[in-house]
Amino acid sequence: MAKLKDKDVFVGPLSLNNPVTVQVLGICSALAVTAQLVPALVMGLSVTIITAIANVVISLLRNTIPNRIRIIVQLVVVASLVTIVSEVLKAFAYDVAMTLSVYIGLIITNCILMGRLEAFAMQNSPWQSFLDGVANGLGYAKILVIVAFFRELLGSGKLFGFQIIPDSFYELGYSNNGLMLMPPMALIIVACIIWYERAHNKDLQEK
Amino acid sequence: MENANLISLFVRSIFVDNMIFAFFLGMCSYLAVSKDVKTGLGLGAAVTFVLLVTLPVNYLLQTQVLAADGGFNTAVLGGVDLSFLSFILFIAVIAGIVQLVEMIVEKFSPSLYASLGIFLPLIAVNCAIMGASLFMQQRIGLDATDPKFIGSVTDAVVYALGSGIGWLLAIVALAAVREKMQYSNVPPALRGLGITFIVVGLMAMSFMCFSGLNI
Repeated sequence: MAKLKDKDVFVGPLSLNNPVTVQVLGICSALAVTAQLVPALVMGLSVTIITAIANVVISLLRNTIPNRIRIIVQLVVVASLVTIVSEVLKAFAYDVAMTLSVYIGLIITNCILMGRLEAFAMQNSPWQSFLDGVANGLGYAKILVIVAFFRELLGSGKLFGFQIIPDSFYELGYSNNGLMLMPPMALIIVACIIWYERAHNKDLQEK
Repeated sequence: MENANLISLFVRSIFVDNMIFAFFLGMCSYLAVSKDVKTGLGLGAAVTFVLLVTLPVNYLLQTQVLAADGGFNTAVLGGVDLSFLSFILFIAVIAGIVQLVEMIVEKFSPSLYASLGIFLPLIAVNCAIMGASLFMQQRIGLDATDPKFIGSVTDAVVYALGSGIGWLLAIVALAAVREKMQYSNVPPALRGLGITFIVVGLMAMSFMCFSGLNI
């Protein structure tokens, strides 16, 4: 296998090889936490940190893990990191931790983590694994923030909890689209992002 | 809990708190394996099965070992709140049971193993299983009059069955739509993943009409 350049490792997941829209990983939590920007941002950052650290740990251990039990080892490493992040969030950002509720715990089964650990960290050096983890986490956070931006703006007229759409609009008869806060619209917004990306990159289109 | 409440818990976990349409749990395998009805059915059955085994075990673990007032906890550890260990313990139980189920099915029913075989290992990292355990952990703390309350092993089994069937229903429905969709003329940029997302979104909208359901 040809040696990968650091730059390619880092830039790929942010653009053409996005974990959510191209590799279809980690969809579960991407959709559920995006009704508002703040939890989406916190979730994106948590996943970035956990993916980066887990990638480095597994990459350091890659030559000592017996092949048969590697899934369990990976799960334990990830579960410990998630527990730490969850405790930190409960201590310093209690409200957000309550909004995210079970989805923080579900980072353990987030396919981005297992996917990157299996596909990248098991074969590559710690430094590149770190870059790969950060880049995939940020690629994931990017989609979360885009979806949350539209859902919060159209669904409650706010961004980061501050009102954006002026009162005069409401007086003229504008009203928030409550459907945007419901789960189905998250799916449809992600579909629109995929549509946009694939319309611009013919290579990504399926047969 | 009375029988009427059990039925309500069961029906609600299928339709109202549907794993896919309300919480997006298990989406990764849901999107990847829903290309035809038969494999969808296989994966759905495997998920239901694993849920049925893991939830009661995790229920006992949570109430007896992790909670400070649990029987085992007070007897052996003297009442230490261990709930911060729940993530690690739950995932270890799930991974262990999936492995065990795989070995048992292989030994006693080779034909079932052949049809489920490839999906079983995947289930360990299916968010629906872990999600159900974490939701159950939340629901144990609820007030006993709440319809979502889970207060016994029976409740946990009923919740597991309902969630599993809800997941099965969702994957079979999507697979059926996708089978038909092969013959339709979808814009090239939406083909595959994009249109699947829109279909799931529309199905989720139709499932929203169950949200006021009460028995």
